[in-house]
This record gives sequence, structure tokens and C-alpha cells, in this order.
Amino acid sequence: METSARFLPRSSVDSLFDAIRHEGFSRLVGPVVRDGAIVYREIASAADLPRGMRDRQAPGTYRLESQDDSVRTFSWANGPQALKPMTFAPREALWRCERDESGGLGFRDAAQEHEPTAVIGVRACDLAALQIQEQHFLKPPYPDPHYAARRSSLFLVAVHCSHPADTCFCASTGDGPRAESGYDLAMSELDEGFVVTGGTDRGRAVLASMGLDPASSLQQDKADREVEAAALGQGRSLPSRNLKDALYARLEHPHWDQVGRRCLSCGNCTAVCPTCFCHAEQDEPALTGETSEHLRQWDSCFTAVHSYMGHFLVREETRLRYRQWLTHKLASWHEQYGRSGCVGCGRCIAWCPVGIDITAEVAALMESGDAQS
Amino acid sequence: MHNPDRPVEVEVVERVAETPSIYTLHLRFTDPEVASAYRLLPGQYNMLYLYGVGEVPISIVSDPDHEGPLEHTIRSVGRVTEGMERLQVGDRMGLRGPYGRGWPLEEAEGRDVVIVTGGLGCAPVVSMIRYVLSRRERFGRLVILQGVKHTDDLIWRRQYERWQALPNTQVLLAADVGGPNWPFSVGKVTVLFNQANIDRDRSIVMLCGPEVMMKASIDRLLALNVPPESMWLSIERNMQCGIGHCGHCQVGPYFVCQDGPVFHYPALRPWLGVTGF
Repeated sequence: METSARFLPRSSVDSLFDAIRHEGFSRLVGPVVRDGAIVYREIASAADLPRGMRDRQAPGTYRLESQDDSVRTFSWANGPQALKPMTFAPREALWRCERDESGGLGFRDAAQEHEPTAVIGVRACDLAALQIQEQHFLKPPYPDPHYAARRSSLFLVAVHCSHPADTCFCASTGDGPRAESGYDLAMSELDEGFVVTGGTDRGRAVLASMGLDPASSLQQDKADREVEAAALGQGRSLPSRNLKDALYARLEHPHWDQVGRRCLSCGNCTAVCPTCFCHAEQDEPALTGETSEHLRQWDSCFTAVHSYMGHFLVREETRLRYRQWLTHKLASWHEQYGRSGCVGCGRCIAWCPVGIDITAEVAALMESGDAQS
Repeated sequence: MHNPDRPVEVEVVERVAETPSIYTLHLRFTDPEVASAYRLLPGQYNMLYLYGVGEVPISIVSDPDHEGPLEHTIRSVGRVTEGMERLQVGDRMGLRGPYGRGWPLEEAEGRDVVIVTGGLGCAPVVSMIRYVLSRRERFGRLVILQGVKHTDDLIWRRQYERWQALPNTQVLLAADVGGPNWPFSVGKVTVLFNQANIDRDRSIVMLCGPEVMMKASIDRLLALNVPPESMWLSIERNMQCGIGHCGHCQVGPYFVCQDGPVFHYPALRPWLGVTGF
């Protein structure tokens, strides 16, 4: 099937949305401005996209600014959340228990019907995070049917990132700003429109159905240059893609105390992290007494109850919780999933109320050659 | 796709009060097909569900070949276990499992089996002790070292006395605080190592109990030149899913619910006793 890049004029974006709907994905979700941030919500047409919006992000800071003279709709870096809540729901029922009059219990699967949905404007970092979460939730011998059902309902339209935030460091983790895989369609935004390529057969089918002209080499070069500039412009980085041994050698480093004194243990970082997967399970009985729903809900290793053991907490102190999070994300993740658990999206930096910066904390931990001093 | 997280119904067929806060539930699957397909290994656990309240991971005390109800010994420590304490014979609950890695049965064949436990009876090793005793010819000596805080804490005292009388079996008990009817040692479980005749080349050691106790015991065993490769231990963490998804039970690179609860000591050594993991 035709795989070369096509050009989608800005005036034809709604035709692309129609073609995606025609492919069976009747519901479209895309970036919109809500409560002062770019978030993903249901959209009807290209008019709903955040035209002229730019973001300004720094440790503990996220602000949107409107640029009236810009026609672009993707000139921003990720807001607090994108794909994760669509595949790993913040709260969902796993099963239901029904109790009959004689006390007998019947266990029923929770419904798993999800409307086929196309997500417009997925970023490279979130596609990398999606692959990590798929590895976690779908690994044998217990692949999770709830995650699988949500994942298989999605059609993903990536937009290569041309405007990273100051908090972004996906170039150093190798996860962006260009979306390399995991999408159905990928687009680069230019002033006059989009350069579009297909990533899957169904994506290429959508593209072919539109009868678009090939993108010119000038358009493709311009698109590529913007993504290259987005990589070069990133000021933050991690010193290595594999910090396992370096962090394991620094489990008693005094910097854990230092960061532990600043950290509020609020769990914002884990809520916005696109790879964090911890969740609590709990029952919610109906008032009638006849049924009880068994739910899972996002949890955080920064809460006290996360390590609750009946008679003690494994991680009473905040410094131990921060160390658990960071060493899991950047060290033990390699042993569990063959790569780091950080995709460089920078959300944990921007959404930390006290501006704790994972790249700065790692740098401080690495600064001392002697792990114990 | 099968929902790996959904329990099946079981019925309480017997309920034994072991101490004021410890009880044993004997559970029977109400679906005979589920019962006949169920297989377990000593050291594994089930997730038990109390209607409307929630689930807890509980070790299985039964022998894998025992046909009949599954035994679970439970201590009342929280919302779910306190609620389960009120269940009566005939009541229904949920069960899913078994989960995790059990004791190393193949490695133990032909060797002396040394069991070191502390705390309240330590259910995870009871299934192993029963396993050895009902296949006695396949193992060497059985040495059981059990430490408790208080003499009243020793559940299954008769069972220990019965084991003590068996040939080729050594049972040594110690309580931190002795008492008038306590004929055994006084002190930590580590005081028993001098009395135990542990053949360092023939023995496989299985430990279960508080981590400080296991660490102190391992140090004593290493001093006796028992190789680290001969030691296995069962540890405990917060477990909510049992299938490696929820993240609570992580210790370093491991999810205790799936990679454990029984670990080979060399694999767990870097993490054992490190506060916060």
C-alpha cells in the first residue's frame, strides 16, 4: 500500500476527521483548552483544536499563552495528561460480586465496551509510554483484559513535536520529539497544513481514501527541520539512558534526604507520569447489600498506605518514597521491562508543586563520585 | 480474554480458633470443576475475598496432594481479616489463586530440610513441613527451628510436639519471654542454631518470619558455613492484585506477588534489610 508522505491542506483537516470516522472510529478525542491547560477531550471538528496556543513550562509552572497571529494548532508541548487515562483508567470496575438471598456469591466480569475512538495529536513521549504500559499490563501469564479492551478501541494520530517545553527531555531518553512507531497516522504541522504518513494498514487506508497530493520535498524538509530543532532546543537531559548501576550504588546517598525535605509526598508526579501504573484495589458495595463492585483506582508510591503491611509501613519517610519512585523509574525498570521507565515528557517537573526536577536530582546524585559520601 | 482478577466462590466448611486473634478457615470450592482443576505448591498463597469488603493474600497451609478443603490460617490485623474472623461454617467467600513461587521442592529432594521461622506459627512453612512429612523417604533430616515472642504465641503447640516425636526430625523452640509451662529455650530463634545439628553440605534452609529475624538467622548460618545458595526465604509485602500489576509489593527489581513470595537468598541479598525496599 502507498506509504509516502501526503500533504493535508489546513482547510481539509475536517475531511481527515471524516475519513477516520468512516474507518469506524466515530468518536474523536483531541487537545482542547480546559481550565487553563491543554487536555484531551471529545472534539467535533478542527475548530475545537487549540489554535495559536503556546505553553510555558518550568519546574512547578505551567501557563498557556494565546498568540493571535498563529494559525497553528499543535504549537505546544504536552499538558498534564494525554493517553494514559484512556488506556489505564483512573478508576474502573474489574468485576462485580452478586450475593443472593441464601448468601451465595456470583462473580461477574465488569462490562468492557468502549466506543472506538481516534485520538488526535498524540506525542512521541506518550507513544513510548504507551508501549511501556502495554508491556506491563499485557505481559503473560496474566494479560489484563480491561487494559486490552481500552487499547484496542483506539486509533492513534500522532503529531511530531515541534514546540517542546523547557521541561522536556525526550531527546535524551530517545523517545522523541519524532514519533517513530505505535501510531496509525503521524503528522507534522506546517503553517499551510500537515505532512501526513501512515504507520499501520488501517492508517494508510484512511490516507489513501482521501486522495491527497504527495507532500513536496520542500514541505517534508521543512517539517523535518522543525522536529530536529525541537530536539536540539531541549535544555534538560538525563546523563545516560541506563542509570541502574549508578543509582543502585547510591542508595544511601545524602541527597535522598535533601530531596526528601522538599518533597511534599503529594503524588502529583505519579499521577501525571505516563508510565506509572500503581493502582489500589477496593470494594464498593451497593446500599441494597445485593452487589459489590471491585474497583481499581490509581495509587501512588508517595502515599503512606502504598507500603502498608498491617503492622508497619515499609516507607515511612518521604525520602524513602522518593528513592523508591526514582530508583524504580530509572533503575529497576530496566530489569523489569528492558528499558528506563522515563520517556522524558517532563510532566513530573512542571506539575510538582515545589518544582522538584528529576533531571536536577539525578545530576545531584551523580555529582558525587563517591556513592556513600 | 479471561479476567485473571476475578475470584470464584468458596464455602467455609470448618473454622478453628487458634488463639484470640488467629483463626484457620477450611474452604471448599462450590464448583466441582474449579476444585478438580485447582493445583497448588507449598509456599504459594491465595487472594481471599470477603463480600463487600475486599481481598487479602493468605498463604495456603494445605499439602498440594491433599484432597479436601484448602486451609488458610489468618491473623486479624485489618479490616478484611477482622471481618473474615466473623465468618461461620456455611458462609461463602471469594478465592483466586494460587499465586507466586513456592518452596524449591526439586532442590530439596534428598537433602536435610532446615526450617527457620519466627512469629506466629508462620503458615507458609507449615505446608512445606507437611509436604516433607508425607513424603518422608524423599528427604533427609527435618530440622525445625521456631522462635516466638511470647510462649502464648505458639499456635499448633500439639502439632510441634507431635513432630518432635517423629524419627529423623528435630524440633527446637525458643520464646523471647519464657513461662512456667515452657520447656523449651528462651531467647531469639538464633539461640537454637548451636543445638541444631545442621550439616552444612546436606542442608537446604527455608526461612520465614520477620525480616530482621531472617537476616540474623542467615548471618548465623553463614557463620556455620552454610552456603548462601542453600538458603531460601519467604517474604511479605502489601499485595493487592497478586498478578504483578498493582505495584505495591515491589522490592528492587521484583514483584513479590509473582517473583516471590519465596526467593532464593542470593537473588534477594542486595535488598534484604535495606530500609525502604
